[in-house]
Amino acid sequence: MTRGMRLKEAKDYVAGKLGVTPFDLSDPVAMTEVRNEHGFGRIHSYAISQPWQANQIEAKFNIARVLDVPINCVEKFKERTAPSGGSR
Amino acid sequence: MTNEARVPTRMGDGTFAHLTRSEIRADLVAGSEAAVKRAKVPPLTDEELDHLLDIYASPARFTGVDVGDEIILSCDGTGMKTHATRIQDLQSYEQWMGADLLELCVGDYSLKVVRTILAYEAQYMHDALLCTVAPLQYGVMPNLGLYSKPDGPCDNWNELLPLGKIAEARASQEEAVEMAVLDMVHLADSQYEAGADAIDWDTTGASGDPEFLAALRATRIIREKYPDFGVQLGMAGEFVLGMHGQLEWEGVRLAGLWPKEQLLLAQQAGATMFGPVVNVNTGKSCAWNIARAIALVKPCMEVATIPVHMNAGMGVGAVPMFVHAPADAVCRAAKSCVDLLHVDGL
Repeated sequence: MTRGMRLKEAKDYVAGKLGVTPFDLSDPVAMTEVRNEHGFGRIHSYAISQPWQANQIEAKFNIARVLDVPINCVEKFKERTAPSGGSR
Repeated sequence: MTNEARVPTRMGDGTFAHLTRSEIRADLVAGSEAAVKRAKVPPLTDEELDHLLDIYASPARFTGVDVGDEIILSCDGTGMKTHATRIQDLQSYEQWMGADLLELCVGDYSLKVVRTILAYEAQYMHDALLCTVAPLQYGVMPNLGLYSKPDGPCDNWNELLPLGKIAEARASQEEAVEMAVLDMVHLADSQYEAGADAIDWDTTGASGDPEFLAALRATRIIREKYPDFGVQLGMAGEFVLGMHGQLEWEGVRLAGLWPKEQLLLAQQAGATMFGPVVNVNTGKSCAWNIARAIALVKPCMEVATIPVHMNAGMGVGAVPMFVHAPADAVCRAAKSCVDLLHVDGL
């Protein structure tokens, strides 16, 4: 999104990074497994709680790493939790 | 009298009409011709018209794109405090409503309103980013009119123009543009520092060509400052109104631009996503409206180097002008845009 990638290009890129096909990206059954494997966060229902899984900002750290895309809030999180304490 | 069966189909105001298949096809042809006449774009082909006919003459309650053709949903206004806190609203859209891109905003969705609460909005964005997974942008309408009296400091050009004070009106609009650009950049500064993924200029051009100019200038500045920050530029109408009439961006006069030319300038300015708009004619059927919308936006897709997210919401993109848009109309408009325009998102 921040790179202005067209959809087909973006799907090819993400699918390539995840080792799936672009078709798989639209399949919630396939992608639940992929998201679990990489810690990308998932639709969570308290009836099926999995508290050990990464979610929210944790998931974004994993997304940034696996997809090799800079995510602004992830970078800011690192800055703010640096040994300097993120103070300005 | 005809023996042709009638199917329920929507009008642009959301009401049902019962039209025959032949009547729907006639509406599609008329909608395409209306676009040709106004914007000098190519008409839809017979194959495209037939495809739209299959969609709009179907009695099915709901329709969808083919499996594998799914696109991105960039939903504006998802963090506006509609049913819970703004963060809870964002989480609801992400978890339950399939939003691929979330948007934090205030209820009074205007740039000039937000400029006095930048720090609060940045703090909220900071906190919201910790609680969501989907990309999260901050959205405002440039809404240049609020910079004019009585809401703002500039003389009101809407009052000056009917008095024939053209030079004064233009000067006032130019003054407002300078203020708006500063405010847009300051907003982007604060949101970028908060960690936001992008900024959204929604309904750009609602106040005409000065507002479009402000958005283009601000986009260029922001993208040069923050190359990794997204800027979504969504329009207000299919045609840039010439409220000033003489403003240019890189030698191109802004008044009178249609979606293709709007997109080209947005790309030049550095926008990372563009949202064309085609306004709904509430007196015509949704079939008429979708044919017109597709014909007007199709030239965009031939020159797009950035994602194009067609605006498909209340009163635009062949979605009825009704506060709770009926799903049967929305899904038909969405499928039509995906199948024929190959848009990147809605």
